Amino acid sequence: MGKLLVEEKAIVVPGDFLAEGMDYLPAGGAFRENDKVISSQVGVVEINGRLVKVIPLAGAYVPNRDDIVIGRVTDVSYSNWFVDIGYALDAVMSLKDGTTEFIERGAELSEYYGIGDFVVARVANVTKSKMIDISMKGPGLRKLIGGKIIQICAVKVPRVIGKQGSMVGMIKDATGCQIIVGQNGRIWVSGKNPEDELLATRAIALIEEKAHISGLTEVVKQFLDSNKGAQ
Amino acid sequence: MAYTRTDRALNELRPMEAKVGVIKNARGSAMFKIGKTIAYAAVYGPREMHPKFMQNVERGTLRCNYNMMAFSGSGNRVRPGPSRRSREIGLVTQNALAPVIDLTEYPKTVVDVFIELLQTDAGTRCAGICAASLALADAGFKMKDLVCAVSCGVVGDTPVVDLDYSEESYEGGAVDIPIAVIPRTGEITLLQLDGVLSKEQLQKAVTLAKHGIDKIYEVQKAALRAKFTGGK
Repeated sequence: MGKLLVEEKAIVVPGDFLAEGMDYLPAGGAFRENDKVISSQVGVVEINGRLVKVIPLAGAYVPNRDDIVIGRVTDVSYSNWFVDIGYALDAVMSLKDGTTEFIERGAELSEYYGIGDFVVARVANVTKSKMIDISMKGPGLRKLIGGKIIQICAVKVPRVIGKQGSMVGMIKDATGCQIIVGQNGRIWVSGKNPEDELLATRAIALIEEKAHISGLTEVVKQFLDSNKGAQ
Repeated sequence: MAYTRTDRALNELRPMEAKVGVIKNARGSAMFKIGKTIAYAAVYGPREMHPKFMQNVERGTLRCNYNMMAFSGSGNRVRPGPSRRSREIGLVTQNALAPVIDLTEYPKTVVDVFIELLQTDAGTRCAGICAASLALADAGFKMKDLVCAVSCGVVGDTPVVDLDYSEESYEGGAVDIPIAVIPRTGEITLLQLDGVLSKEQLQKAVTLAKHGIDKIYEVQKAALRAKFTGGK
């Protein structure tokens, strides 16, 4: 009957055969052709029961509803803000989604968010033709003041966050920095002093570089311990 | 006129080399070298398509740009730089790659592929397609398969694969047929030919090319894997 043609955690490229027979079902990053399941992306194989999935190792950010993202305001109009969230097209934040405050008719919107400001926002809606609405209504959504922004590859965000936020929690504890990770691969780091921020930045760079290996938590832990002592 | 090769067999490709991730600024990039022909490809985007009337609301657009570098030494017939010829090759490259790539997640956008030939010794559009398909995979786009391309043809009266410049400009006459294939399905996404040859010769040449494709596919896959496992 059906049989797997690759091992779990193997690195595959587009066109690689993953499994044979109807017993296995293609999930994200894979597709079926006749009785074969084939990879459509560069990635790592994950097998979950009958599901065969390829977790991508590269790729552009594609917004999904309810993603928390870090965006940069690119333009302000009479009733909207336009925000670059790392997708090809800018997202729109309408007046009513921008703030819970009352905004008077004819108010200057750039007093709330001006061009170049960074905000943490939630993707409220994405249409089929990728018109993206974002909202600032929700816990923790705000304008970012101070700190620094790091850009990493969006597909590596789950590794930076870790299981239930374990990885980012560890970096926060070790460096004392505030960290916000956007699903679009932008990460805001703010610490009491530049050294802490630098250490957090380097830890994140390490995770990005080694995102495909297992036992990453240990590696990062060692890195943080050895560098904290050096400071 | 009978033609014989001295340096390799008639069904043998020139030595190949591929490397992925060579241009750090790009979302994806690759180098593909076959004999003395060296192609680099870099992928940028998806980014918003301008002018807006060219946007496709259903899916993203693939746009390829082919260029020979000024110092590439392309012989006396073809001069490097933007020209009618390079526009055409950009277009056929685009058409050769479009069937495998899925851009439905990126409507209204464009994905730019830039192909630069550092050194040329015939087979440039094929090397360019090989490099571009690697670069697109490296960029993380969803693809049905890679695309492999090689030239085949008839030199004198002899069907051969992977012609170099001396063969392309062979005195006794030569026909050059660049072919791009989706290796898994065997679908042909590019086949160009000008010249005169018999049906049997064409069939023989294409068969030779299809065997060559398998070797190119292996080189491409190994190069892609090497990039992502190399960090260990």
